[in-house]
Amino acid sequence: MEIVSYIFMIIGGLFYLLGGLGVLRMPDTFDRIQAGTKATTLGAFTLLIGIGIANPDWLLKIFLIIVFIALSNPIGSSVLAKAAYKSCALPENLVQDDLKELFGGEDNDSN
Amino acid sequence: MIVFDIIVFSLTGLGILFAVIRLLKGPTPADRVVALDTFNIIVMGVIALLAFYFKNSLYLDITIVYAILSFIETIVFARYLEGNHGDC
Repeated sequence: MEIVSYIFMIIGGLFYLLGGLGVLRMPDTFDRIQAGTKATTLGAFTLLIGIGIANPDWLLKIFLIIVFIALSNPIGSSVLAKAAYKSCALPENLVQDDLKELFGGEDNDSN
Repeated sequence: MIVFDIIVFSLTGLGILFAVIRLLKGPTPADRVVALDTFNIIVMGVIALLAFYFKNSLYLDITIVYAILSFIETIVFARYLEGNHGDC
């Protein structure tokens, strides 16, 4: 049982490492949001499940933490994406911008 | 099992190091906020790992409080960035 919990924790740590590497290496802001939020959410789930397997008395608190991360992390990433769009952190090689007629009504005179 | 502890802590530590590098050199403020969000999620995992390492379940309560505070922090920084119309 110890070995299984350590395997889960190592997989979670690997996803944490991949999330940090994606935040460092991705070319523009929206790719960084993708890498930094999804990979670390999966890493947090796996690592907390590994800790819960090692200590079954803590499963209620760990379940609370997992539910809170599953609720709050996608909300945070979508709010961050909207804020990054509105604060003009767009990539240079942007092909199509469907939000332009929705958000950019007052910015048409400045372009 | 000290070897597995060292492996897990080094993996999460490398994740924190990469996120902090992006936090320091991010070209736009949105990049810095994304790096701060990633940093907060990894630190939550590290606090839960400390609960496992010291065999003390009080650290899990600290993890819950840190999760709530980091969520509020992300929302507040995002709202601040939204009102900050750039020159595009």
